[in-house]
Amino acid sequence: MSAVASWVADFEARAPALPGASLPWLAGLRRRAIERFAAAGWPTRRMENWHHTSLAFLEEHVFSAAGTHADPAALVARLRAGETAPGHWLVFVAGRHAPALSAIGALPGGVTLIGLAAALARPDDATASAIEHAFGGSGDSPAALNAAFAADGAFVKIGRGVAVEETIHLVFIAGADETHRHLRNLVVAEAGSRATIVEHYPDSGDAATLTNVVTRIEAGADAQVSHLKLQQEGEQTIHIARLDARQARGAVLASHSLSFGARLARHDIGTRFDGDGGEVLLNGLYHVDGRRHVDHQTCIEHAQPRCSSREFYRGLVDGSARGVFAGRIIVAPDAQRSDAMQRCDNLLLSRQAEADARPELEIYADDVKCAHGATVGQIDDDSLFYLRSRGLDALHARHLLTYAFAAEALARIELPTLRQRARAALLARLPGADAMGELLEELA
Amino acid sequence: MLEINDLKASIDGKAILKGLDLNVKDGEVHAIMGPNGSGKSTLAQVLAGRDTYQVEGGSVSWDGIDLLALPAEERARAGLFLAFQYPVEIPGVSNAYFLKAAVNATRRHRGLPEFDAFDFLARVKAEMQAVGMKEEFLYRSVNEGFSGGEKKRNEMLQMSLLEPKLAILDETDSGLDIDALKIVAEGVNRLRSPERSLIVITHYQRLLDYIVPDQVHVLAKGRIVRSGGRELALELEEHGYGWIGEADAATAAGGPR
Repeated sequence: MSAVASWVADFEARAPALPGASLPWLAGLRRRAIERFAAAGWPTRRMENWHHTSLAFLEEHVFSAAGTHADPAALVARLRAGETAPGHWLVFVAGRHAPALSAIGALPGGVTLIGLAAALARPDDATASAIEHAFGGSGDSPAALNAAFAADGAFVKIGRGVAVEETIHLVFIAGADETHRHLRNLVVAEAGSRATIVEHYPDSGDAATLTNVVTRIEAGADAQVSHLKLQQEGEQTIHIARLDARQARGAVLASHSLSFGARLARHDIGTRFDGDGGEVLLNGLYHVDGRRHVDHQTCIEHAQPRCSSREFYRGLVDGSARGVFAGRIIVAPDAQRSDAMQRCDNLLLSRQAEADARPELEIYADDVKCAHGATVGQIDDDSLFYLRSRGLDALHARHLLTYAFAAEALARIELPTLRQRARAALLARLPGADAMGELLEELA
Repeated sequence: MLEINDLKASIDGKAILKGLDLNVKDGEVHAIMGPNGSGKSTLAQVLAGRDTYQVEGGSVSWDGIDLLALPAEERARAGLFLAFQYPVEIPGVSNAYFLKAAVNATRRHRGLPEFDAFDFLARVKAEMQAVGMKEEFLYRSVNEGFSGGEKKRNEMLQMSLLEPKLAILDETDSGLDIDALKIVAEGVNRLRSPERSLIVITHYQRLLDYIVPDQVHVLAKGRIVRSGGRELALELEEHGYGWIGEADAATAAGGPR
């Protein structure tokens, strides 16, 4: 059972064996977190930011590891074979770092890429303080549950001025005997550093498990971080994830969220500008069908002047599925010359599909540019007829227009290798991919 | 040979075509003129297979086949081409992909081998030069951000690549300056041949200075109310469409409304 009481009991049983359990600050943090979860319970529709996605059903839900499970070694081999460059691979199975499957490769000096549990084994002061900071983060009750249970995650630190040229791949494979996994990832990109990080949750089977992730990105002054999250979990999985970013002066962050899998996927994505001149791009693409559900909640805090934020979310919603987006933008009184732009566009592929998109702007400064827009529509009849009138059959034309709608989101992924990866992941979901092979070559 | 008999079509319950007759023989160019709202574009769309229009009666026979029984894509593959009055923008689909998919759909239907990328590019570049389009338009999304003239040239490019047996130009001249108009006319005239028929729908007779029609028809309130030679277009230019009210009343007098 997934009732709150059973989580509390489970926590009591596990707490002594969690990594870093002997560190008083961490033990205290975990205890406060489980108390917070116990008090709040699973989010319901009555809670702020959960109006369209209730997790109340989890109280009665039984998570189970029964089902098919991908072979982790084969899965990692396949993923690595799909990359042109060697990259740096940190692989997790069942929520724990799997050193045998990881391939860190040669990292530039000043770069740490290890499991969080390993970092907790011998933390220096700076590491301990970074981890404490990350664990202490806000968030609602699932994030609190995560703070209580998280046993591992990626610990990525890029030293001042260091550029990591190859992609850092973080791969999270569900285990064969674990019903839930709680991951806590921490990325610290120091001033002037540069890195590209992929956070990947591949389809690892059809068990009804829970994935609960909190990822923290701290981008130092003028750091440049590209982050792509690819969520392709099995269709019985509940995937709850939170991305918390902080951007110092002039830091540039691009974070792409591609959410294609899971029975229910919830993504809370937020960043705060802590210095002026920062830039963020939040780009999202989701596809849901059947009775699945996806929810993106973004929050951008323009706490300092002269920062720019760009948000583009696109949804393909099929079957009786539902896609939800809410984008909050807060511009603080002193954050003059903030420039914010937000768009959410949904394509409904069936009559039963449903999409919601809601902007939420809180602007307390007066010299601000802030634009937002949202659409929910179907495949355009005029476009369909135009393609058919040139000899393309109706089904091919529909597939093409569906793909084209999504391709706009893919086009915002700057790095060609990541874009290719995203395209392959999308095509694996959409019908008619074979007929569009040529399109891919031409757009590549 | 295209034979339209007593064609009636409506949209959302509103009758637009009210018993239209028209015969176009192979190799002929027919111009259809008429005031706004007379049904010119509806005729073009119904012939091309747009299913938002309901065909309420009549028949369209094309080389002995029942055109109305075919879905739009099969009409296109069989050699019918509609140059759109308002070509549609399709973000995310490159013009190159679109053109190649269209050409190969037709080639498959005709039992010809599909073009590979290399042969296709050679062919498309030659045709682009002929219609005065820069190569960069191949790599842009279909019609996205094209000017009015560029869109019409893209229609002409598609027409020359698809080599239709019957081409319908729906107000291709509207919004074009004289130079663009000449390019469109040249494209059409290059296609003229004894096997190929053309229906040129236009509001103005200007285009007919460059594309000389075999016959001119006047469409009003869903029917052809007058047919004649090229001189009819000049007459319309001079007198406008004001006389149509009476003519239409006379033609319609005997028939059901």
